[in-house]
Amino acid sequence: MSDISAGQVPSPSMTRKLLWRRDRAVQIAILWLVLMLAIAVFADRLAPYDYAALDLRNRLAAHIIFGGNVEHLLGSDELGRDVLARLLISIRMSLLIAFGATLVGAFVGTLLGFLAAHFRGWVEQLILACVDFQASMPFLILALAVLAFFGNSLPLFVALLGLHGWERYARVSRALAMSSTAQGYVMAVRQLGAGPWRLYLRHVLPNIASTLIVTMTLAFPEIILLESGLSFLGLGVQPPLTSLGNMVGYGRDYLTRAPWILVLPSLVISLTTLSISLLGDWLRDRLDKTLS
Amino acid sequence: MMAAPLLQADGLVRHYRLRHGTFGHSAMVRAVDGLSLLLERGETLGLVGESGCGKSTTGRLLIGLERPDAGTINFAGETMPPEGHARWRRLRTRIQMVFQDPLGALNRRLTVGTQIAEPLDIHRLGCKSERAERVNVLLADVGLRPDHAARYPHELSGGQRQRAVLARALATDPDLIVCDEPVSALNVSIQAQVINLLADLKDRRRMAMIFISHDLRVVRQISDRIAVMYLGRIVEEGLSDLVLRDPLHPYSRALVSAVPVPGHRRERTILRGDPPNPAARPSGCAFHPRCPAALPLCAQIVPELRLSRNGTAGRLPHR
Repeated sequence: MSDISAGQVPSPSMTRKLLWRRDRAVQIAILWLVLMLAIAVFADRLAPYDYAALDLRNRLAAHIIFGGNVEHLLGSDELGRDVLARLLISIRMSLLIAFGATLVGAFVGTLLGFLAAHFRGWVEQLILACVDFQASMPFLILALAVLAFFGNSLPLFVALLGLHGWERYARVSRALAMSSTAQGYVMAVRQLGAGPWRLYLRHVLPNIASTLIVTMTLAFPEIILLESGLSFLGLGVQPPLTSLGNMVGYGRDYLTRAPWILVLPSLVISLTTLSISLLGDWLRDRLDKTLS
Repeated sequence: MMAAPLLQADGLVRHYRLRHGTFGHSAMVRAVDGLSLLLERGETLGLVGESGCGKSTTGRLLIGLERPDAGTINFAGETMPPEGHARWRRLRTRIQMVFQDPLGALNRRLTVGTQIAEPLDIHRLGCKSERAERVNVLLADVGLRPDHAARYPHELSGGQRQRAVLARALATDPDLIVCDEPVSALNVSIQAQVINLLADLKDRRRMAMIFISHDLRVVRQISDRIAVMYLGRIVEEGLSDLVLRDPLHPYSRALVSAVPVPGHRRERTILRGDPPNPAARPSGCAFHPRCPAALPLCAQIVPELRLSRNGTAGRLPHR
């Protein structure tokens, strides 16, 4: 990483120290994300119990640190369901939703942005009107309306969250596509006779990908938080399925008597969103290196 | 087939609408205003003029990247199809363009070899191994090594990049190359190399070339004929030697006298004033406010393009 420090103004040793510190943070963030992904993949094998299995004799069993027994390491909830098992499954569910929704949003937004940049005229106006509509509408109200009309199912929920933030990708990709059209390489490829598919997928997209990826890493934590918020309100993932937000929402009632139900999922949410933000920050710098 | 000239443009007009502010009134900029020219196969035409005179717009019109508002373009006896048309796309194998900024004209994220093969890719010429073979030949043609194919544009020097851009333009063996200020982004020693390479290539491949530049020294080296543009019109056109040795139009005279000649102190015609705003073109002959030989009549009547000795045509001042 010392090659990054070459062009910067502060003294080299100072910069190296700062960079090292930041790199260490990024390393930890990546480790955490890898751990989360591993948990998401192997959740059902790691879980000691079924996440919905009741153990009514051990209701609200304490966390091991709070003097609980070994049977439920992280304690159990009001129905005696094992918190560890639920946490692992929740991580899987929340990551699945967040990744799915981020990809849906990025795909839809970028596609519409490119369409607007390519066709201009009324197509662009229509897409921009939708963008403005989406940006000016509180998302929670939109989500409430959709969930009220169509009921709740996991694919629908993912698609709905994907709608959150698509307007940002659309704006960014439209602006970048338009400015790169004015640049030489797009003009050059256009006059070679390339069709729009080749132009946008092979030439424009790789050149603006760094910005889009950073936008994705910004949107990802937001979607996790949004999912948590909606689940907390009881609109998201429905019991007996569980997600991080869902656990926080239902654990709230037992905050004083059994804080372990709520604390760990909250911690996982914070650490994961923080890690993704750090990673995005770092990626932005890495991907922009070809500029120099 | 040989009867029709390679490229014939008649009365090209390209206007841009300029608006001042959201509610301001719009003004018309006449970037190209009634331009006609003729290009034979294998011929090189130098298009010179100061910045903002419409040279680059002319270049884009001639290769069909922009639609003229009026006028016609014929390429090899056929009218230029609108952009995006299948016939337009096929025509790209025969007309190519080289841009001013080689780094901008190349995609930063693809290797040079991939980009040189791109026209072959787009027009589905040859199979994969033939394309790779062709890339090697092209690289050698423009004086690059085969291992340059694996490099990225930012790993090449300015001259090498322009060579790579040239190789891409030559990939489909075009009949016409339009070079828009191909060397003005390069330093002088590299300029000479690239110009020599261009001269060499056009002789070997017998392709026609339109060479757009503001630099007369560069144009003189490579052009058979020269057309001098002023504010969207050709004011003088003729064989390079004649135009440069004995320019007819006062504007060309001023341009030619501005080229430094080593060892000589020549009398220079220094133009007064700035190039006029193309949105507010002077009446009559557009050059009259700056013309050292202007007469009162010049403000009213546009001089006709007149043939004079040895086939040089010029819009002569009223005498």
